[in-house]
Amino acid sequence: MTEAARGDVDVDGAGIAVSLREVTKTYDNGVMALGPIDLQVRKGELVSLLGPSGCGKSTALRIIAGLEAPTSGTVRIGSRVVNDVEAKDRDVSMVFQTYALYPHMSVQRNIEFPLKSRGMPRDERATRVREAARGLGLEGLLDRKPAQLSGGQRQRVALARAIVRRPAAFLMDEPLSNLDAKLRVQTRAELIELHRRLAATVVYVTHDQVEAMTMGDRIAILDRGVLQQIGPPQAVYDEPANLFVAQFIGSPSMNTIGARVVADSEAVAVELPGARIMLPAPTGAAVARAGADDVVLGVRPEHVRIDGGQLPATVSVVESLGHERHVVCRLDDGTMVIVREAADASPARAGDAVGLSVPSEHLHVFDAGSGRRVAV
Amino acid sequence: MREAGLAYALVLPSLVVFGAFIFYPFVRNFYLGFFRTPPFPGLPKKGVGLTQYREVLTSHDFLNSVKVTVLFAVYTVPTGIAAGLGLAVLAHQKLRGIGIYRTIFSSTVATSVAVASVIFGTLLNPNVGLLPWLGLQTNPSILQNPSWALLAVAITTIWQNLGLSFILMSSGLQAIPDELLEAAQIDGAGAWSRFRNVIVPLLSPTIFFAVVVGSIFAFQSFGQIELLTQGGPTKHTNVLTYFIYTTLQQQQDDGKAAVLAIALFGITLLLTLVQMRLLERRVFYAR
Repeated sequence: MTEAARGDVDVDGAGIAVSLREVTKTYDNGVMALGPIDLQVRKGELVSLLGPSGCGKSTALRIIAGLEAPTSGTVRIGSRVVNDVEAKDRDVSMVFQTYALYPHMSVQRNIEFPLKSRGMPRDERATRVREAARGLGLEGLLDRKPAQLSGGQRQRVALARAIVRRPAAFLMDEPLSNLDAKLRVQTRAELIELHRRLAATVVYVTHDQVEAMTMGDRIAILDRGVLQQIGPPQAVYDEPANLFVAQFIGSPSMNTIGARVVADSEAVAVELPGARIMLPAPTGAAVARAGADDVVLGVRPEHVRIDGGQLPATVSVVESLGHERHVVCRLDDGTMVIVREAADASPARAGDAVGLSVPSEHLHVFDAGSGRRVAV
Repeated sequence: MREAGLAYALVLPSLVVFGAFIFYPFVRNFYLGFFRTPPFPGLPKKGVGLTQYREVLTSHDFLNSVKVTVLFAVYTVPTGIAAGLGLAVLAHQKLRGIGIYRTIFSSTVATSVAVASVIFGTLLNPNVGLLPWLGLQTNPSILQNPSWALLAVAITTIWQNLGLSFILMSSGLQAIPDELLEAAQIDGAGAWSRFRNVIVPLLSPTIFFAVVVGSIFAFQSFGQIELLTQGGPTKHTNVLTYFIYTTLQQQQDDGKAAVLAIALFGITLLLTLVQMRLLERRVFYAR
């Protein structure tokens, strides 16, 4: 496992709220759903687990919650090893995608249930429920049943039920994906505020990279049960550890162009469809060090320029989004390159022959065989 | 107008069938109760108005029969539902081979009341059954023992209905989203608390249905009585249906039998209404 893929933060465990060590999950039918995975979440931190469906992110969350047992590895909440601790005795709370509100209980009783289960006295329960309800604007709804609430209100009740207990960690499994687009953006902001206000530790599962980028202090990207990279959103965006991460994060996703390495005595160049481009010296040196014959060049749409550069292409479609334009170009061999332009740039038209260029500092190079980033 | 005519025409066939086989016999039954059956066949029936109703409904045999029937329902319905629910919760696990248990638990649904009665009749037989094999002497035999006979018939009934009860409760359980039980687990609820606070309330429509239908079934039980005890010993298992049957078939007294049948109908109706009033308030229907 590469350094970048490790979730190490603090080896002693001080200041760590949730930790997975070498955790794997293999189902009875032999399918390996997860791991081995290492992940450490600091106290007060929001870590997004991001990946396509079936990548193991929900499995990881359920293992932390105690709803599923890991096949091997160690799960800690705080400094306590909880592998053998039942879900009800782990100090976590969870928000489900479907909210999982108890349909036969009023909002009041839903929020109160975790306190009641732990035998908290009635007076204290009432105070806590009131506080949580006030924090989420639910005061007027306490007597309603979940069926009488809108989607957004149900979501708040689920959140209130999670925060009322003040657990060591909040686990959230795609909590926004059942909301409509407008409400999702609003609730996303409210969740961030809530996280700040409570200084809460949150493990947040999502398949939506915008959510992961905007909410996470760090994001952990999983694919097929393997942790691909973990780090602050901007770092992951700027230096994706491999092709999977590069293409998963960012919208439209990073352009990738297959290239052959051509080294001569002076410098390292790459053969692209229709062009040969010299790599900047440090990048060239790194590629030479890596010894790769075939690489994949990656460049984000906002970093490609249509300026008569060396790379010949034909404009195929221009998509205008109002505030910006996506110009879809084809290279000589048909490789698609999307260019993101400001709306006020002079527009290219479909069918135009253009030349593209990429500033060398924005060029990402990946090993074509392993998909790993060639670090400069 | 033409649409209404068509509607009536479409309803007519089922109305005819219901009329001939349900409504007419039902009304006729009331009417039969007004006539005393002559002591010897061939003599004319005597119209006695409500007198026969009064006599039959205040008779010791009738009151005993009601008591036995109610006891039988009390023995069988709650226990049957509780046992079915218990097994359903046990079998509601994601374990390898759990399907085998589900099949076993639901298997009695495939046995008829006759099969169940023969099985228990054999098991409880004082000479050849399980009891002598265990070295237990039963004299009088359990099915002829006034203290045990009704209980034995009730146990047979519970066993026979267990499969249906299990399937009913299992299907109710499967309709409860797993996430609710997981949420309860994370909320700190132990197995008992999850059962009491989540499973039972959400199963309440199923349980309510099982109580109402189970009670009606219990009030109409006949086969196991006929096969195991014939209402005996000394009318200790003489449930209403069996009482009606012997009155009609052995005493040939169709007037009295009609009154008893009306009484059974009335009791069942009343019971169902009461259950709906009392229980439905505590039932949660998800919308």
